[in-house]
Amino acid sequence: MSIIIENVTKYYGSYQALRNIDLEIKSGELVALLGPSGSGKTSLLRIIAGLEQAENGKILFNEENYTHKHVKDRNVGFVFQHYALFRNMTIFDNIAYGLKVRPRKTRPSKEVIEEKVTELLQLVKLEGYKDRYPSQLSGGQRQRVALARALAVEPNVLLLDEPFGALDAKVRKELRRWLRRLHDEFNVTSVFVTHDQEEAMDVADRVVIMNEGKIEQIGTPEEVYDHPENPFVYDFLGSVNLFKGNVHKGKLVTGNVEMNAPGSEDGAGTGYVRAHNFIIEREPAEKDSIASIVDHIHTIGPIVRIEVIRQDTNEPLEIELTKEQYLNLEISKEERVFVRPKELKVFVDFMAGI
Amino acid sequence: MNIVTEGKQTKKRTIPGFGLTMGFTLLYLTIIVMIPLSMVFLNTFSMGFQDFWATITEPRVLASYKLSFLTALTASFVNAVFGVLIAWVLTRYEFPGKRIIDGLVDLPFALPTAVAGITLTTLYSPNGWIGQFFSFKVAFTPAGIIIALIFIGLPFVVRMVQPVLENIEKGMEEASASLGANRMQTFIKIIFPELIPAILTGFALSFARALGEYGSVVFIAGNMPFKTEISPLIIMTKLEQYDYEGATAVAAVMLIITFIILFTINILQWWTGKRYSGK
Repeated sequence: MSIIIENVTKYYGSYQALRNIDLEIKSGELVALLGPSGSGKTSLLRIIAGLEQAENGKILFNEENYTHKHVKDRNVGFVFQHYALFRNMTIFDNIAYGLKVRPRKTRPSKEVIEEKVTELLQLVKLEGYKDRYPSQLSGGQRQRVALARALAVEPNVLLLDEPFGALDAKVRKELRRWLRRLHDEFNVTSVFVTHDQEEAMDVADRVVIMNEGKIEQIGTPEEVYDHPENPFVYDFLGSVNLFKGNVHKGKLVTGNVEMNAPGSEDGAGTGYVRAHNFIIEREPAEKDSIASIVDHIHTIGPIVRIEVIRQDTNEPLEIELTKEQYLNLEISKEERVFVRPKELKVFVDFMAGI
Repeated sequence: MNIVTEGKQTKKRTIPGFGLTMGFTLLYLTIIVMIPLSMVFLNTFSMGFQDFWATITEPRVLASYKLSFLTALTASFVNAVFGVLIAWVLTRYEFPGKRIIDGLVDLPFALPTAVAGITLTTLYSPNGWIGQFFSFKVAFTPAGIIIALIFIGLPFVVRMVQPVLENIEKGMEEASASLGANRMQTFIKIIFPELIPAILTGFALSFARALGEYGSVVFIAGNMPFKTEISPLIIMTKLEQYDYEGATAVAAVMLIITFIILFTINILQWWTGKRYSGK
């Protein structure tokens, strides 16, 4: 089922949580709403679910207007960050709930419900737990129950609000892979909210990056990572280094180095370089080699993070090398090196002159 | 070395002092509750079984037991139902004067019971402000007693249920709605089960208070033997006639029955609480 969001606006008192959001989600897609806290991503999800009402705009499911439909009539599966399981019911009753509350005419028979719940319990690998209560389960198990409960009603769309936010790193990774498989198997349109860029990149077909109530960029994980449309997206996805300076005739002048910035407009601008897009050398090679002093070296598994201080402006730079590159370089702390950006993206400063 | 041994001790219990607090609890309950209550039984024993049996099976006394327990049960039942309603309104909605209404709930606790009794009697008497609208007599009948008992027991259920309602996870209700349940189903299947332990406690407290209530009831009851004479009044009457043994005998029977009822409610509550506490 496709979802179309048209010009949605939401206020909390005088605070504007969403500003004229337009978004189209294709049937069967898995979309991530990614952004820092306060960006409006959860509000948008709750408006799609019908748990909150937008002040303005429309929500269409399969081109049918759902804007004023009550949440109970939207047939959405909603998964909460803190599971929201019914603690007075067994796991079995939790999953069966959505089927049991149906009006008599559409309610399946007891046998059908039992069969369906058993099937779902197998799917989430909790067959042996059907008579337990939620408090007797671990966080990961509870979230699996919550997913099974949402899937039991065969929802039009599956909405997940930071579903793995309260879980530890390992369980989180496991569950998001499992969610991806589940999504492919059920082929249900899914939207999930997260502030974890790695999670969004790993699972989603498309990523919607939000900030301060508006959409900054929409695209596949590769698109948004490799071609960020604006400084915010660049900054938000992965660690990035900023070079403030002036663009003149296709060159960015910053400190006493000059970097190639073909196609950039003249004027004040900022160069963005990702931490892994640097080359470290012992001798200056070009005009864009930045003389720096190694300040810190951290090894994080296969990656080595090196902090250097620019000698011209005294600004720190963060560089990531693979372990192999690092070992070949044989650099150590306090040493003088030359740093050269492999890839640079310049955004003209809107704030210049203010 | 010291650090090591201290570490071992705190491992067992995060907050130390079980011995001290338990000892104090026992001492306190003994002085405040157990000794006075056992005096009732001690006094009763001095009268011999036959006298005791004759006193407590006297028809007038039996009628008073029946009246006392039935009116107390009815009043606390009414309080349980409307207490939940009031707690619901006070937690779920915002309206002008909410704080005032919230404060009003506690007033029956503060008011001297005799004042409450006289006020209620005036209002509910056949030509009183409220009494004139009833086609039957309210004051000087069991109905009047029930009204007085409802009045004095009102805060218990409200104050028990209110914090529980405030703390119910909003997500559970939203989950229920997203799964297609209507508001009634959400209330019955999700919210109400969460409230049961608090309602039971409130009911038990209100019931216990109503059983022992004397001040407000004697004014509105009319105190006609066999009809509107409550057990605490019988006890008072016997005391006034210097029949101490008789008074304690009636009191002892009330104590035992009350204890059985409260104990049953406690068990019920423990059972409902246990089901989803995960222990």
